[in-house]
Amino acid sequence: MISGDESRVAGALVRYIRESCEKVSGTLKFMEVCGTHTMAIHSAGLKSLFPGNLHLVSGPGCPVCVTEKKFIDQAVLTGKKYDACLITFGDLIRVPGSLGSLARFRSEGGRVRIVYSPIDAVGIAAEQSPRPAVFLGVGFETTVPTVAATLKVAMSSGVENLFVLSAFKTIHQPLRILAAKTDLDGFLLPGHVSAIIGSDCYQYLVDDFGKPGVVGGFEPLDILLAIKDLVKMAVIPFPQIVNDYKRVVRPHGNPSAVAITDEVFEPCEASWRGLGLIPGSGLALRDPYSKFDANLHLPVDVPPAQDDPRCRCAVILTGSLTPDECGLFGRECTPEEPVGPCMVSSEGTCAAYYKYGAQ
Amino acid sequence: MTGRLIRDVLLPKLDRGRLRPLPDSVVLSGLGDSVAYTTDSFVVSPIFFPGGNIGSLAIHGTCNDLACSAARPMFFSLSLILEEGFPMDQLETIVQSIAQAADTAGVEIVTGDTKVVPKGSADRIFINTSGIGTVQASAIPSPGRISVGDQILVTGPVGNHGMAVMLSRAEFSFDFDLVSDSTSVWPVVEKLIELGPALKFLRDPTRGGIAATLNEISFSTGHGIEIEERTIPLDKSVVAASEILGIDPLQAANEGKIVAVVEKGMGNKALELIRGCPIAKGAAIIGEVTQEHPAVVVMKTRIGGSRVVAEPSGELLPRIC
Amino acid sequence: MCLAIPMRLIEITGECTGKVDSGGVKADVVLTMVPHASLGDYLIVHAGFGIEVLDEEEAHIRLELFRELAEAYQPQEEQ
Repeated sequence: MISGDESRVAGALVRYIRESCEKVSGTLKFMEVCGTHTMAIHSAGLKSLFPGNLHLVSGPGCPVCVTEKKFIDQAVLTGKKYDACLITFGDLIRVPGSLGSLARFRSEGGRVRIVYSPIDAVGIAAEQSPRPAVFLGVGFETTVPTVAATLKVAMSSGVENLFVLSAFKTIHQPLRILAAKTDLDGFLLPGHVSAIIGSDCYQYLVDDFGKPGVVGGFEPLDILLAIKDLVKMAVIPFPQIVNDYKRVVRPHGNPSAVAITDEVFEPCEASWRGLGLIPGSGLALRDPYSKFDANLHLPVDVPPAQDDPRCRCAVILTGSLTPDECGLFGRECTPEEPVGPCMVSSEGTCAAYYKYGAQ
Repeated sequence: MTGRLIRDVLLPKLDRGRLRPLPDSVVLSGLGDSVAYTTDSFVVSPIFFPGGNIGSLAIHGTCNDLACSAARPMFFSLSLILEEGFPMDQLETIVQSIAQAADTAGVEIVTGDTKVVPKGSADRIFINTSGIGTVQASAIPSPGRISVGDQILVTGPVGNHGMAVMLSRAEFSFDFDLVSDSTSVWPVVEKLIELGPALKFLRDPTRGGIAATLNEISFSTGHGIEIEERTIPLDKSVVAASEILGIDPLQAANEGKIVAVVEKGMGNKALELIRGCPIAKGAAIIGEVTQEHPAVVVMKTRIGGSRVVAEPSGELLPRIC
Repeated sequence: MCLAIPMRLIEITGECTGKVDSGGVKADVVLTMVPHASLGDYLIVHAGFGIEVLDEEEAHIRLELFRELAEAYQPQEEQ
């Protein structure tokens, strides 16, 4: 799209949003639950275009941010105890654990390899054999099938030394908890998670909670379009689930991806920073893939992690506090010296605020 | 052992007359009144990257630091620290690159030092270059000369070096044409000097990219800076790489570009002056110094929003989220 | 949580693998989850895996919508 056209489209959508918000006496508050949306919104400076009574808050959509400190500790301890090679996405490398981050472990001689794709873990495992290679599994429904597919390859290739430490999580259970919050008027739903699970599965937001939801893409115009539709529905009010990312998201999602996920993983309870223990919101390896489970085969004693008591990440992750309202923001807690994961993760709410400015 | 290295590898490739006698120090004359002097150490990893290596970088980097003081790079020292067992063929390639880069940049290596250290004491090879240049401008570029209203230029597409290095990391298996932009920027600066006192400030946006440089300018002057996203020149492969890896190209390093601050109204003149330079293709005015939001860099985005361009922190890392 | 971009499928290299391209950067891609993909399609690629095939018709509908919005829009200053 030509640049001039792009800003005209944006102008048209913003005007519609502003005119709709003028009809509302109070405020409208929507939540996005996808870290990639958090980044895209900040990077495009979208909030600077919104009227004063429209608020868009970030929910627990950054898988790194909702992963507990304990996970990093477990990874480091596993690396030390078994001389394991830890394999991770770049996102995790600077997250602080009680024993330091993965970056620190690496600088002290620990084996840590960053990958772009989980499929590379198979090759790394072969190189590292007989040493265990442990893939740190952080992510939501978009990433999980890629790891499931990787494990199928590992299974059929007879790889014995590859393991997965799963902190994988799924979106519906926490979304239900958040939908019950009275101060939220609707949800910007995650585009690529929905590419996997489909747009049809969110109907409970309307039926059980009376809240609209729009599946949005990631270009600035896609997000503006989604916000415009959310505002429209909230103002009437006429809550529905709308798919504004039809070029990628089908009503039933991607059946191959869902099938692969179901073959390798099964739901389990998971602990979310900010939301606590949520049954059925995590994913664990099911038989016969449990042979790759690091929890089972490479057990370590992980002491309870001490979060800094001043850290407000938990509250920020549920959209109840904005980063600038946290006393540590920009002072003791900065991207160079983060206290909590919301500041470390490149798409954490606080990191985005810090980088792009409160808008 | 170092004796043999010097005799068999370094001298044949690098000597242009002054090195062969291997004096303890070299005496230079004819430098004129105003001499610029700089030093830099190069510890980059990987040592070979698309479009160059640690050797060519060591020449270009120091050339560019001198160029930022409006100085023509002339005489360099070259210090090598080699880890024992560093492969000879790699050393030959690196030294050859040093020689080529120096010759192309019009720089003579007039003194040097070589040390071999035990394995583990250095990461393969470290290089230091110190450079002397002769200042060619009567008004030396400096942040103190920057005022509100001044225009900001960049001499070509940004992020190429940082992205090329990132894409070529061993853990990824991408095919790509993107190469580092590593080069001496003196030919471009030589033209910009013709602006006279209207040329206020020059910096090469290396580590941290133009985001770091703009923040440095903003911080040291106390002024705000406003840039426009749609004016920032970017090669399409840099855009693609930044989208695939989730890395901001404004934070990716450049090794052959200059950020120039020029007097208000002189931006187009500056572009005209450098139009013919092959290494300034795609140069553009990207913004201006403003009295709004002091010490903060703000970017007007393509869709008309605005956001802060923050100081980059730490290593560039790829992400999946 | 899901950085993924459209990349063109330019080569099939194995039973479930291929090569994709965006802006001249080519990457390996695993095609296990997109059995419905054909050469020349745009795939949404996340972490080296194709997770969906871009629906060209829907993409076209979106561009049309945006074109209409752009044409109808008069910036305040011009009015």
